[in-house]
Amino acid sequence: MSSVSQNFMKLFRGSSGPETIPDQGSQKLTRRSSGLGELSRTWESTDGLCILDLGSTSATNIRHFTERGHRIYSEDLLTASTDPELLTTDESGAAALDSRKFLADNLVYPAAHFDVVLCWNLPDYLDESLVKPVVGRLWSVLKPGGMLLAFFHTRDAGPDSPCHRFHVVGGDTLEMTKIVLRKDARHASAGAVRTGADGFQLQRVFNNRHIENLFHDFASIKFFLARDNIREVLVVR
Amino acid sequence: MSAPASAPTLGLAQIGKSVFIKGELSGSEDLYLDGQVEGSIALKGNNLTVGPNGQVKGGVEAKGVVIQGRLEGNIQASDRVELRKTAVVTGDITTQRISIEEGAFLKGKVDVHRADVK
Repeated sequence: MSSVSQNFMKLFRGSSGPETIPDQGSQKLTRRSSGLGELSRTWESTDGLCILDLGSTSATNIRHFTERGHRIYSEDLLTASTDPELLTTDESGAAALDSRKFLADNLVYPAAHFDVVLCWNLPDYLDESLVKPVVGRLWSVLKPGGMLLAFFHTRDAGPDSPCHRFHVVGGDTLEMTKIVLRKDARHASAGAVRTGADGFQLQRVFNNRHIENLFHDFASIKFFLARDNIREVLVVR
Repeated sequence: MSAPASAPTLGLAQIGKSVFIKGELSGSEDLYLDGQVEGSIALKGNNLTVGPNGQVKGGVEAKGVVIQGRLEGNIQASDRVELRKTAVVTGDITTQRISIEEGAFLKGKVDVHRADVK
């Protein structure tokens, strides 16, 4: 892996955070995202981008990007990680997920294929054994200069922070819906990923250093801290 | 394009849920498919509906495509693609218009392009 040639970090408070009372019927929240606002300048000013959305299928996101002439790829890695066939044991005999099999079945794309990757809160909820391999694969499928947006909970968010799906509804505005894990015909049963009563559980809390280490192969990293205890990270390959 | 949500109306070619076909399908009329097909489906200028019990392993080429069941393969629609809430699609979609219901599952690319105006 190439070493980081340049790495700078800015930490400043944005104006992001939930702004509306959730609709009681659909449990939707909206939040403003400084990271998204910065990233959206790219797809508003450039045509024909290749975008990878790593959340569950979002009609809103697909519509948003295709209306702007971009190609969007949708791949729900969190749900894919619940495949029971991924279960294995590590060197110490503890339960783990087979990252080789996971990457053989998921994120299979040509190198330097994507201009933008929307990671959302994936690293916070993905099983430990998959996080670094997935980030490594994302580095390789991003074009040089391509950007990745990820959200990390701060310690103040609490261990029971629900896992949300994010939908792009405006330049810097996201709609959030809580993800309810579906135990349906797609997967026989949950894998090694710890789940709560009805959804994914927060696996860990990253601090700034952990995040820097996670993305150490990327050229630059920018932090945005929001009032709703979310740390947004925008990295450039 | 409107597509039947339940039982298809008269005038559509139909493949019932107990039918299994291995091989390429082609035709010049609309098709309602509620069985299993392993192979490509080519219905240029016509519409394909994969019913809730339908399972397709292969590429699909049609004017309009409605998916309620499962499809593993690419979809090329000259007009429109609709993924209903029970749809499970693994493959790339190329179309002029797309509609996706809440609950539909897609793993793949969506490429929407409009035909050139002549």
